Amino acid sequence: MSHLEHAAGPGGFPIEAKPPLRRFHQARWDEPLIFELTQPGQRGILVPPAEPAVTEAVAGAPGELPPGIRRAAPPALPEMSQLHVLRHYLRLSQENLGFDLNVDVGQGTCTMKYSPKVNDRLAGSHKLADMHPLQHPDTAQGVLEIYWRMEQILKAISGMDRVTLQPGAGSAAIYANVSMVRAYHAARGQGDTRDEIITTIFSHPSNAACAKTAGYKVITLYPDADGYPDLDSLRAAVSDRTAALLITNPEDTGIFNAAIAEFVDVVHQAGGLAVYDQANANGILGITRAREAGFDLCHFNLHKTFSTPHACGGPAAGASCVTAEIAPYLPVPTVERDGERFFLDYDREQSVGKIRPFTGVGPNILRAYAWVMSLGAEGLRQVAETAVLNNNYLLSKILEIPGASLPYASGQRRIEQARYSWEELAADTGVHSEEIGIRAADFGVHYWTSHHPYVVPEPFTLEPSESYTKSDLDEYAAILSQVAHEARTDPGLVRGAPYNLPVHHTEHEVLDDPAQWAVTWRAYQRKHVTGTP
Amino acid sequence: MSPVIGLIVNPVAGIGGPAALKGSDGADVQRRAIRTGAVPRSGERAAVTVRRLLARLPDLVLLAAPDRMGERAALDCGVAGPRLRVVIETGQVTTGDDTSRAAVAMRAAGAELILFAGGDGTARDLVRGVSESVPVLGIPAGVKMQSAVFATSPVAAAEVAIAFLARGGTMVRPREVVDIDEDCLRAGRLTARLHGHLAVPVERRRVQDRKTGSSQAAAGTAADVAAAFAAQMEPGRLYVLGPGTTMRAVADHLGIPKTLLGVDVVTTAGLVAADVTARDLDAMVSAGTTIAVSPIGGQGFIFGRGNQQISATALAAVGPGGIAVLCTHEKLAGLRGAPLLVDTGDPAVDASLAGHVRVITGRNERTIYRTRAAGG
Amino acid sequence: MTAHPYIPNSEPRVRAQMLAAVGAASTEEFYAAIPAALRVDGLLDLPEPFTCEADLVRHVEGLLGRNTSTRDAISFLGAGCYNHHVPAVCDEVNGRSEFLTAYAGEPYEDHGRFQALFEYASMMGELLEMDVVTVPVYDGYQASATALRMCGRITGRPVVLVTTAISADKRRKIADYLLPDMRIRDLPASAGTGTLDEDSLAAALDDDVAGVYLESPNYFGVVETGIARAAGLAHRNSSLLVVSADPISLGVLASPASLGADIACGDIQSLGMHQYFGGGQAGYIAVHDDERFVMELPARLFGLAPTSVPGELGFGDVAYERTSFAVREQGKEWVGTAAALWGITAGVYLALMGPAGMTDIGDTILARTRYAMMRLDAIPGLTVRHLPSPHFREFVVDLTGSGAQVAAVDAALRSAGIFVGKDLSSEFPELGQSILVCVTELTTKADIDRLADLLKEAIVTR
Repeated sequence: MSHLEHAAGPGGFPIEAKPPLRRFHQARWDEPLIFELTQPGQRGILVPPAEPAVTEAVAGAPGELPPGIRRAAPPALPEMSQLHVLRHYLRLSQENLGFDLNVDVGQGTCTMKYSPKVNDRLAGSHKLADMHPLQHPDTAQGVLEIYWRMEQILKAISGMDRVTLQPGAGSAAIYANVSMVRAYHAARGQGDTRDEIITTIFSHPSNAACAKTAGYKVITLYPDADGYPDLDSLRAAVSDRTAALLITNPEDTGIFNAAIAEFVDVVHQAGGLAVYDQANANGILGITRAREAGFDLCHFNLHKTFSTPHACGGPAAGASCVTAEIAPYLPVPTVERDGERFFLDYDREQSVGKIRPFTGVGPNILRAYAWVMSLGAEGLRQVAETAVLNNNYLLSKILEIPGASLPYASGQRRIEQARYSWEELAADTGVHSEEIGIRAADFGVHYWTSHHPYVVPEPFTLEPSESYTKSDLDEYAAILSQVAHEARTDPGLVRGAPYNLPVHHTEHEVLDDPAQWAVTWRAYQRKHVTGTP
Repeated sequence: MSPVIGLIVNPVAGIGGPAALKGSDGADVQRRAIRTGAVPRSGERAAVTVRRLLARLPDLVLLAAPDRMGERAALDCGVAGPRLRVVIETGQVTTGDDTSRAAVAMRAAGAELILFAGGDGTARDLVRGVSESVPVLGIPAGVKMQSAVFATSPVAAAEVAIAFLARGGTMVRPREVVDIDEDCLRAGRLTARLHGHLAVPVERRRVQDRKTGSSQAAAGTAADVAAAFAAQMEPGRLYVLGPGTTMRAVADHLGIPKTLLGVDVVTTAGLVAADVTARDLDAMVSAGTTIAVSPIGGQGFIFGRGNQQISATALAAVGPGGIAVLCTHEKLAGLRGAPLLVDTGDPAVDASLAGHVRVITGRNERTIYRTRAAGG
Repeated sequence: MTAHPYIPNSEPRVRAQMLAAVGAASTEEFYAAIPAALRVDGLLDLPEPFTCEADLVRHVEGLLGRNTSTRDAISFLGAGCYNHHVPAVCDEVNGRSEFLTAYAGEPYEDHGRFQALFEYASMMGELLEMDVVTVPVYDGYQASATALRMCGRITGRPVVLVTTAISADKRRKIADYLLPDMRIRDLPASAGTGTLDEDSLAAALDDDVAGVYLESPNYFGVVETGIARAAGLAHRNSSLLVVSADPISLGVLASPASLGADIACGDIQSLGMHQYFGGGQAGYIAVHDDERFVMELPARLFGLAPTSVPGELGFGDVAYERTSFAVREQGKEWVGTAAALWGITAGVYLALMGPAGMTDIGDTILARTRYAMMRLDAIPGLTVRHLPSPHFREFVVDLTGSGAQVAAVDAALRSAGIFVGKDLSSEFPELGQSILVCVTELTTKADIDRLADLLKEAIVTR
């Protein structure tokens, strides 16, 4: 059944050409859980003890831990030698498909792109890694200047007046924006009356969720028949209760909403603020900006557009950019410049306060800065144009696959990404989009469907950023074509995937059953291993 | 244990359609259709489903209604001998009654799931026969498929059936059976009626049923939407609750009995009138009343199918501001961009409701969705 | 035009080929939908780039060269970010491309990430003695804020009692986050001991109180000795107890759960992350395996699951329908990219340290903290606050008696290569001219002695 089978050849040179699709097999170490590797008495690292003079000096001193406060028994952590800890985690790393190893276009909307290794080296310098965030500014001029310069860069890219790099990632920046919206209306005595935030069903779920968390009622707009946000729906939704519109452009479908300025205008007319989720900025860098469309706030994901690594899901970094009118509400401290000197300003009375401890995720701000500085304005333009070219090229290859379709806005180009549908394939074969994705992983690539709910049926969303070659894109399309073909000729094969990955098909039912789920080893022992106290 | 599935084919379902007749019910319509050369396709579609089932479940036991009501399709697929059991006996010309009887017999014979190839009319027959007592799923083969009981294709029907039998791949949900009154339709009047519900397996696609003791409805479900609406009802205000399970969930929250197929009038204090007619309702509503409905059937109708007791007159009296629509995001997304539909019979009222409507999709939140007058 | 190393398809011939393949004359066609009024005119106003890697390195290192790091000085700074030793193996593991550049794959091709995070949660579970630990949230501030909102959701009550022995910044974060539906009431610490004033707690508990929030060690480094009693008082009032604890202390300090906490939370930066100018933060929230609590957690939970092959370990999301990923605004708060790689790193750290290492580091820190307190308290004009109370890693030294100002002393010590600690004089004016001093296993006796000598000099010199 596996595509890995091949006849033994006669041997000898020249070596035959490789088959069109690589015979991928991920490392499979069948690695036990770390607790099962414990060997009593082993040590992974030793800790410096207090000096004898110290121990003597404090013997009998007040402040001893009272009984009941001192831990009674050491924690039941694994005991392993250093090599064995390293080996375990290196094996797990081999069972992980990082961007660097695969054509990662399948994680659409995540803007997977090359995180330059030189930026990782720079971020690892002790001149950043060993900087404490509360050091006196005189000792931190280098990092403060990097923050300040990155803010100026984002001002140029967005057209906005002020920036904060404090948020830890995209959703945190969305929340920061919503918090500033809240403060803005409260300052005008309308905090209680403006209690509604409008967003769209194609927006990232965090737009709706952050608004709700901040105390707002959420109004969701559905797209029109062509997949565009519906301006009439927005007109029906706004009122004197509107605090803000949270919208993305292009949306996750990859379609640019040409009427965006009108959307902003409708919200402004109603007295609300317009907030731009720029998670999909990669395809429009240097092409169009938040400012000219009239937005009051916007945010960027530094781990998407600006190349900082995704790190399995963070640490990341987010930037909120605002107009001068919103600037008083920025979280503290802000980064300021006085001649040649950089400092932090905590003295901002109307600030929303803290989004995060300290000032931001330093290493990622540095990486983003270095990335922009390696490209410049022309380079960013090339990034955007190439990403969009890659996207439309891949689009043309995908639409050659029978059963794949591109809903909405027919005839319109897509910008940074595209949301496709396997609806026809599913109707013909009964195979679902998720199953196609899992089988595609047998060939060494990822695949993402869509956020929930699935407005586009049987969806898949692909985003080839500027990092890929033409042959990368050809390979990806060829893999999906192969899997689609298998869905027609041997759907059982597709449905039984994966075969070439570290594990086989997982039985998910236990994960939703409170009686069975196990989030930790100790819970698993308690619930499922007999004889455990 | 071998899985046991029932198969009922409505041999004349779908005939009326291509011959430009609205639906296939009635011996008279069927004769006219056959005279025009219409060829029934329901058996073929059923066979597609059965073939796929057999490929994955070779030890399947099929219970079939006789001859062209299912037995022939099964034989065409190679099901024979002990794997095929025929239930009931029929005359030469088969009727909806036979469908109902077959379903009852299949249930008694241990069918875990009954598949039927047909349309709304056939679904109605199943409601009469077994209602929600055994899981039922429709293989789409009719002209009218307003009911929310059909798979998207014969292939999909097989997949859902397989997932259902595998235990854990599906959840069973009550789904509305709606049927248009065809005599009225051919006379130019469009009315529809909610006839009841069938217990339909719905695939788990990330919206899962939790085994839980929690008293809170899982977020995103119809019960959650109903709870959200119930929580913001105002004491003293008159509410008209439309038919269907979502509106029944609203009544459950208030501790009020609810007519599942009918329209009831309530306040937060209790029931005011149960199962009202259009005439009753017209007399009761005023500008201060709220009419609350949930889309009935699979086509996204909020007025005009299944809740004809809510007349254009009543709607005009409360105005667009007096209407509350309850629906989950999952169901809205399932409309795939198509608007919600209204068809009250009065063009002026339709026009007043067309445009956008606010849909309650959960606690403290709503959705703005397009509505359109469905016309003829 | 030179192809840029990060943009393979900027190479002109490939570009032309691809444009031809999609039937476009230029990339301008892809932007046809964008109205002219919204188009940027020309190029963005950005600095000249360094397209050669060597030049980029020189530029950035030049900027960084203006920093003085805690390697270049002796640092006594803490206050939420700590200078502990980062084992080389931790950097090795989180520097691997396979982890560093991965994101959101399925538990199949990203099996390693799921197993590593499950192991992290499991090791934290042992430290905390709780069965459910989240995939990391952004930082300890977020963890505390979410834990308090969970109290509100679980009990349905609107008030939380929050210790005053908390970072002002953390309190600001909590205040912003709780603004929509909860209120904060201060829970004073007694001035002498720096621990919770239990009489105040008893008086403050009423039907509105959803939860009580304590930290141990608290912001002043004081180990709370009354947590078990606070738990009793809270529970008798049907309120919940939230305790924020730094996991690095849990080799020697009793776990919050063992003292009666319902929710434990905090920051894991101490477990193998560099200070990173504040970029090494990551938050944890832990609860018992009680569905009422589990279902209120906003973050992802990775659970074990069987696969179709016996003996294989599978993983997946537990109760995914709680989250905003599944049900948007109907989920609990929100979930997004946060700090997963720091969770994996913390797992590596805990595995390296093992039970003995965690006990050893706790003992070293306890001893050195007490030594530093004694040395500084002995200096005339200086008083160490809360002296009789047990401390872990931090303490407050008050210069008021000497007449010296913290800012001046800080500057003087800085020019001698010492970061003296955090100035508390504006954050906690009631403590006078006070400094929050932090001591870790990296702070030697010699370092402490040098600090004492220089402080003595600085306040005399003034």
